[in-house]
Amino acid sequence: MKAATDKNSLFDAKIRAEIDHWIAKYPPDWKQGACMAALRIVQDANGGWLSNELMDDVASYLDMPPIAVYEVATFYSMYELKPVGKHKVCVCTNVSCMLNGCDRIVEHLEGRLGIKFGEVTEDGRFSLKEVECLGACGGAPMLQIGNKYYENLTPDLVDSILDGLE
Amino acid sequence: MSDKKVTIEVDGRKLEATAGQMLIEVTDAAGIEVPRFCYHKKLSIAANCRMCLVEVEKAPKPLPACATPVMDGMVVKTRSPLAIQAQQGTMEFLLINHPLDCPICDQGGECELQDVAIGYGDDASRYVEVKRVVKDEDIGPLIETEMTRCIHCTRCVRFGAEIAGIRELGATGRGEHMRIGTYVGTTVTSEMSGNVIDLCPVGALTAKPSRYQARAWELTQTNAIAPHDSVGSNVHLHLRRGQVMRAVPADNEAINETWISDRDRFAYQGLSAGDRATQPLVKENGGWRPIEWSDALALAVEKLRDARAEANALAAPHATLEELFLLRKLMAGLDAPSLDYRLRQADFRATSAVPGYGLSIADIERLDAALLVGSNLRKDLPIINHRLRKAALNGGDVMVLNPVDYEFNYPLGGALITSPSNMVASLAGIARAVGVSADGAIGELIDGAAENDETNRLAARLTAADKAWVAVGALAEAHPDYAVLQAIASAIAEASGAVFGFLPMASNSVGAALVGCVPSDGGLDAVQQLSQPGKTSILLDIEPAQDCLNPAQAMRTLDETAFVIAISSFASDSLKACADLILPMAAFAETSGTFINGEGVWQRFDGCVRPLGEARPGWKILRVLGTMLELDGFDYESPAQVHDEVRAMIGDRGIDNSLDDPGDVEPWRPKGMQRIGDVPIYRIDALTRRATALQQTGEPVSALACINAALAKRLRIADRGQVKVGQGGKSVVMAVRVSERVPNDTVWCPAAVDGSELLGPQIGDITLEKA
Repeated sequence: MKAATDKNSLFDAKIRAEIDHWIAKYPPDWKQGACMAALRIVQDANGGWLSNELMDDVASYLDMPPIAVYEVATFYSMYELKPVGKHKVCVCTNVSCMLNGCDRIVEHLEGRLGIKFGEVTEDGRFSLKEVECLGACGGAPMLQIGNKYYENLTPDLVDSILDGLE
Repeated sequence: MSDKKVTIEVDGRKLEATAGQMLIEVTDAAGIEVPRFCYHKKLSIAANCRMCLVEVEKAPKPLPACATPVMDGMVVKTRSPLAIQAQQGTMEFLLINHPLDCPICDQGGECELQDVAIGYGDDASRYVEVKRVVKDEDIGPLIETEMTRCIHCTRCVRFGAEIAGIRELGATGRGEHMRIGTYVGTTVTSEMSGNVIDLCPVGALTAKPSRYQARAWELTQTNAIAPHDSVGSNVHLHLRRGQVMRAVPADNEAINETWISDRDRFAYQGLSAGDRATQPLVKENGGWRPIEWSDALALAVEKLRDARAEANALAAPHATLEELFLLRKLMAGLDAPSLDYRLRQADFRATSAVPGYGLSIADIERLDAALLVGSNLRKDLPIINHRLRKAALNGGDVMVLNPVDYEFNYPLGGALITSPSNMVASLAGIARAVGVSADGAIGELIDGAAENDETNRLAARLTAADKAWVAVGALAEAHPDYAVLQAIASAIAEASGAVFGFLPMASNSVGAALVGCVPSDGGLDAVQQLSQPGKTSILLDIEPAQDCLNPAQAMRTLDETAFVIAISSFASDSLKACADLILPMAAFAETSGTFINGEGVWQRFDGCVRPLGEARPGWKILRVLGTMLELDGFDYESPAQVHDEVRAMIGDRGIDNSLDDPGDVEPWRPKGMQRIGDVPIYRIDALTRRATALQQTGEPVSALACINAALAKRLRIADRGQVKVGQGGKSVVMAVRVSERVPNDTVWCPAAVDGSELLGPQIGDITLEKA
């Protein structure tokens, strides 16, 4: 067991309060239940990605072994382990979207942004990510930016979506 | 689990089982083979490899035997077409990403994947696509990784979480990208980490020190008893051409279960150290000259005859029972009473006749409470700590009174961390809280002790526990008030209904006590022998610069002793500095013998490789010395005869933890700062100190002073700088670390490390200044 770190030194008060809100949902000795929420909160506050140090802090805060936090963070695609752009464009390339022409959307995005999947534009505004099914097959092809889904995409629609972002 | 008996049928055989048991346990017990990778009897069930799929009647699909509880009337087929198809399918999937590098894989020939593929797989692979490749991490000097071979059984991950108690390995990523590792590339630090090498069913985790050195089919396996701690773990030694290539655990449920500590696994490396004693050596004009055995023995005999009753002898507590017995017999024949094995004991005012655990190793995991007095148990006795960990995870309270806030791999039920000199008062406080009523000086000490919340809490837990243990450890042994600590600890045990015991360190501490390797009437104990130069001294397998309580004084005294006969496996520079004659002795694995472990279990072993060079087994050397000294009863022809005689002498005596009254209890009062000189895990004996891989693990190997921030501030010492540490007039410059694990005004300065040989007693006054 590592010596207990002073937990108040780990995050700022607002983040701690948010994480505590999630910890309170689980029994006292099952704090790790709040791991996913804590990672999301910490990631949002860090410009959309998690450093090893931040994951270690989450581990300390929830009394988990650091490797258990790494396991969670590497398993789910919504956690980023490298810096991402201000707008993370997640394009579904799973079956329904593929059948409805997501390849064309991907090609258009790559052309317009000048980056491939997993890369960030030089100005740091956009990053492009390939994701599996996001459960919006009815509107395929689709993509997600931030908390918003954009469906029934065409290259023109993609342009207007990107133009509409800050 | 209920005890309800059920009957099931497997492959046409009727089997009795207990309801709730998993199918694989029942088939294993019946000797019916079911292939598996992820299942291990000592680990939780993961059911993720799917290799143990069997057909169960009325189930629509094959079921994993490891995760299917038996039910009455269940009909199971392990070799039906459905089962075979499922097993072949699983095998094909497992081999998709497994490289075909068996010819360069250390696991080749003893690989579960190879064996199961032969037994249950298909002849040829249909897979033609690309295989994945995983980049390896360096996880330390003990375990080699080749993670492309990993089949994700997660045994190593579960071992870390469930047995080692530190989860260092994990499965990161998912699906195709899942990999086993530390993610950040740190060194694995568990003192039991080597067990993952045995657990790994493939060649992903192999032993680094023996990598590429032997093929499984070239090795012969023999049984041995690990000589590095009082547990006496059962091991198999794997030999090739007369050389120990590696050590692996042998199952013994009552002792080490299926595990061994890394120390027991890798210390064999010391056998091939460059400074092994391979021929008799004599000191002449300050230099060393090889001589014939006959001349060497004649010289030893002459010097022993000169000294006769004034001869001294010190023996390592890891010497075999036969060696210790013959040494005692030799000393008795010379009428020489000065003999001791307690090289690290500081206080001889009172002591138990035969200090041992006081309960069986298996019972330790059933304890409700334990109080450890002066013990870094996790590093001192890893297997005992593992048993205690099970007790702690089961709700037991493991509590400590220690001078350093040592790391344990389970939550402690309470910890009193205080300077060595305060340990007596703190223990007395617990005694008072427990309600000890004692007479005499100890009684006064207890009545005058202060209670506080922590002593009261510890006392309450100890008293409330059904099965409790109060055990005195290695650091207490080195304490100037060891007798007082023992007396109080024993009184606490008695008053709280706990078992009183000791945590003897060495593989044969108990054996040494049972054969009586202690001073007889008028004889000198280890401290006395090493503080007054004598005529002739025998050192049996000792390196005085590392193996004694006060190495500086020991070296000085032996240097001034007229003649020092060292019977030793190693001829180190420090031994050469103080000895006059070195008789090369067979080391671990080269000699037969007996160890009696801390529980009192006798374990015999045979020598399995030839002694190096002209080295001879210790019992033979002592026998010849006895014969040449014309002493009675030294005409043994085999070690078995010696063993039979010891057996008859000891009879049914065993562990005896009862104590004498220490009488005087005037406690030690330090003048200023106090040293806490524990012996680090990989510095415990000559062999371990020479095991190169263990020396690279990050455990202390060279002199180091740890102080807390308050003391560092007062002395204006910066973390990671250099300090001058002084004891007994000598000083050593060493690295300093600031750590809050150390109490005020104490210096945690390990013993038996490089540089510590110039220092004084393990626990005592010490000075510290900026270098």
